[in-house]
Amino acid sequence: MKTLKKAGALFLTAAMAAGMVSVPAAAEEAKGEVYYLNFKPEQAEQWDALAKLYTEQTGIQVDVLTAASGTYESTLKVEMAKDKVPTLFQVNGPVGLATWKDYCYDLKDSELYSHLKSDDFALTGADGEVYGIAYVIETYGIIYNKALLADYCALDDAVIADASEIVNFETLKAVADDIQARKDELGVEGAFTSAGMDSSSDWRFKTHLANLPIYYEYMTEGYDSTPAIKGTFLDNYKAIWDLYISDATVEPTMIASATGEDANADFALGMAVFYQNGTWAYNDIAGNEVADEDLGYLPIYIGAEGEENQGLCTGSENYWCVNAKAPEENIQATLDFLNWVVTSDEGRTCLSKDMGFVTPFDTFTEEFQAANPLVDAANEYIEAGKTSVAWCFTTMPSETWKNNVGSALLEYAQGTGDWDAVVTAFVDGWATEYEQANGAAEEETEAE
Amino acid sequence: MNRKSMKKYGPVFLLPTMIAFAIGFLIPFVLGVYLSFCEFTTVTDAKFVGLKNYLRFWKDPSDVFLHSLAYTTAFTIVSTILINVIGFAVALALTKKIRGTNLFRTVFFMPNLIGGLILGYIWQLLLNGVLAYFSRTLKYNEIYGFAGLVILLCWQQIGYMMIIYIAGIQNIPGELIEAAKIDGASSSQMLRFVTLPMVMPSITICTFLTITNSFKLFDQNLALTEGAPSRMSEMLALNIYNTFYGRTGWEGVGQAKAVIFFIMVALIALIQNRLTRSKEVQQ
Repeated sequence: MKTLKKAGALFLTAAMAAGMVSVPAAAEEAKGEVYYLNFKPEQAEQWDALAKLYTEQTGIQVDVLTAASGTYESTLKVEMAKDKVPTLFQVNGPVGLATWKDYCYDLKDSELYSHLKSDDFALTGADGEVYGIAYVIETYGIIYNKALLADYCALDDAVIADASEIVNFETLKAVADDIQARKDELGVEGAFTSAGMDSSSDWRFKTHLANLPIYYEYMTEGYDSTPAIKGTFLDNYKAIWDLYISDATVEPTMIASATGEDANADFALGMAVFYQNGTWAYNDIAGNEVADEDLGYLPIYIGAEGEENQGLCTGSENYWCVNAKAPEENIQATLDFLNWVVTSDEGRTCLSKDMGFVTPFDTFTEEFQAANPLVDAANEYIEAGKTSVAWCFTTMPSETWKNNVGSALLEYAQGTGDWDAVVTAFVDGWATEYEQANGAAEEETEAE
Repeated sequence: MNRKSMKKYGPVFLLPTMIAFAIGFLIPFVLGVYLSFCEFTTVTDAKFVGLKNYLRFWKDPSDVFLHSLAYTTAFTIVSTILINVIGFAVALALTKKIRGTNLFRTVFFMPNLIGGLILGYIWQLLLNGVLAYFSRTLKYNEIYGFAGLVILLCWQQIGYMMIIYIAGIQNIPGELIEAAKIDGASSSQMLRFVTLPMVMPSITICTFLTITNSFKLFDQNLALTEGAPSRMSEMLALNIYNTFYGRTGWEGVGQAKAVIFFIMVALIALIQNRLTRSKEVQQ
């Protein structure tokens, strides 16, 4: 509530101030303009406020357009074809970069890049070019309701006595199965929230959950991307998916239309104990029945060897790219704006407090840490020496691959398809989609 | 104004409309056809690749164009028959002298005033609410989606077609009906030999509208099923949209499909028009 008020106040002040100074600002020439196509609808208002503030301080026009959820690529395609192109846009990782590489300005000499803590957070080219810079580090895992889990532990013959005993898939499954069996006793509707396969929620499984078998395969094989996945850990994928769909608030035949909001409501209203999602979900959970101090975080255990030491899944799929095809002065204006965002007090406060982002920049010192209990919980895992799971899903060959895996998962859950279809979509689909994407890329280079 | 000055100034008055027509239709159409032979990320940086886009999708395992074609065809047949038969039946009923015909006509026509997306979401809620009793949802398999789409489109279009049929029925000359009655025609004979031939122009229009509308259906499909599950309830228009926007590097393929789609719709409409037109009678 406090942040909301603050943001509101900031917004109003900015709006008022912007109204006063807009005339002299427009009079100056050749200053360049910034046009940001924002990916995250959750933070649309905060970006607008920040843009106004910057315009007020410097006289540089900053426009922010936020694409509606799930329409970023199509909006970007449309905007890029206009006269006034976005000067700042986002890609979601190496695969997204492949599409927009020709549009990415090399950020190697930018001040923004100099503040980046590690190259792990940059998208780099073969010759050391820096095409994209991550601006938010996110973490996902299984969010759980501490109060409900404590209630469960207090029951007679509970499988565990304390949440800290859940350190592998076996225990997680035992606990979830038991909660599901005794849900009336606990006053919940299921152990897990609905595993919705509506497009507002299916990415939690076709992308985020699928990351785990990919991560473990990459670890065992020792590579960080592959043209052909083997699917060594797909049995584990099946095990966790079975758990999600059977120990849930709804029947598996109903998940086709279950939305992200449904799952969020299940958890936020205390009807489910476990909820697979990430740090970004905090804003949606907060202010409902689950108190902040009751938010706990578990790694997604899939039964791989050595998973007792596994942490949460941490990474980024939000990379800033500066449009190389924009006019020179606009590129410069954009670079200045980005630098201001990560170095000024206003920018840092907005990103860390109002938006609740964990950023990979060294300018975000002690007083600019995100106010988000899920982030705190994630940090505890790192402090405890657990190994974070990398976001290998950014190397998934294409959106089509994800969609096909998602469809197969859904059909398997409903009973209209079998698990073999998931394996086919996962393994064979990877090879064909990789060839599609990279075959096309090779032809392009030939033509050039 | 004489003929001469008409000839002279005619183009000037036509110009605004022609400009609008060119901007809104001709230029996008030509550009669209051109882009179907190109590879591109945004429409401004297209690169000519010849017929590649037209050949690429037939054998791709992730592309369901042929299934969409079959699904759309089946849907078009079912919904065209249902909408026209029911629409005509309602029109017949509402041209009889019963109380409240005006109210009924209005009520039946109303659904047509609601946009497709909104309708899709409302019907999704309604149908899912019913299906929930059987632990199913619309996206469970393509049969449910198919039935849902048919119900939705019938509900939306029957009223519209009804209005056209009512106009047609009311246009039948009274003396013709009277003569038929005096000759002792039964009500089924009246329908078969008087009403139907006389409303043939309306039937031409209504079948044309329903066939093309069903074939091009997009909003309702997107809102009701999104093509789920496994793109099995994806109709052609949605398939094209998903190819263009959903698949990196396949923008041109989506464009190529759209051109094929255009040719199909045009052909079907022409054939249908010829078939029903030939059955029309001169009044």
